[in-house]
Amino acid sequence: MGLILFYAAATLTLFASFGVVATRNIVHAALFLLAALAGVAGLFVLLYAEFLALVQLLIYGGAIIIVILFALMLTRSGEYEGETETRRRPFAAVAAALLFGLMTAVFVADAEQFNTNTRQAIPFRTLAEDLFAAWAVPFEIASLVLLVALIGAVVIGRAGREEDETLPEDDGPDDAQEPVRRGSRRRAERRRRGV
Amino acid sequence: MTLLHFQLLSAAIFCIGLYGVLARRSAVLVLMSIELMLNAVNLQLVAFGAFSGFGTSTGQVIAVFVITIAAAEVGLALAIVMRLFRSRGGVNLDEIDVMRG
Repeated sequence: MGLILFYAAATLTLFASFGVVATRNIVHAALFLLAALAGVAGLFVLLYAEFLALVQLLIYGGAIIIVILFALMLTRSGEYEGETETRRRPFAAVAAALLFGLMTAVFVADAEQFNTNTRQAIPFRTLAEDLFAAWAVPFEIASLVLLVALIGAVVIGRAGREEDETLPEDDGPDDAQEPVRRGSRRRAERRRRGV
Repeated sequence: MTLLHFQLLSAAIFCIGLYGVLARRSAVLVLMSIELMLNAVNLQLVAFGAFSGFGTSTGQVIAVFVITIAAAEVGLALAIVMRLFRSRGGVNLDEIDVMRG
């Protein structure tokens, strides 16, 4: 039963991953990515990592996909539908295939070293104690990284515009509201495009 | 269902993401492929943690950190993509060849 569930989740994830890199429509790529992330969340459940499955769905499915879709919307995704691959495509396919072959060889060769065929559930209590006690310093540094990334995203998103000094600073890193705050000419232009 | 199943699946997802990073033209699509690669690594970490037999949560904790860094990375990278789009009118990576904004 577990094996059937594994193959179902693995098929979904692999198919969706191929969709991400193969589809020409960029919005479809984002939705395929969502399916792939959901498949990985299912695999987390099969590995008894329910907390990570939940975090995966909340952060990836809820936040990252939405931010990516915002970026697609604001960068006019339609114009990329013509040619989405570079000339390096054959080289990229060969490199990916070679790496997969190498990894497969190594994993199969080392398989008997890790021959525990039983999964082991980690209790929530253990996970929380490790995260907040043994890994407390990296945990705090991670929050610092998030803060720096937030401020950096706001600064990068705002820089290079001269005429908007009087505007409030309290917007988030997502650039959804940016066009409204720009100069009047560009604002009118964006409104005309329906952004 | 052994560790090898998860390892091979993770390797396949990672290589698909690598192909996307190398072959795609749009910066947003490259970002999506990077997300795929990070997810493959997470899967590997959690699978090793679950199958290791030690009962430690290290794999899951590191996966949590990877997810955190991925969120920060996506926020910053999409801000840069927006900036590129405003200053150059497109996010085609082959046409971006200067470092100054």
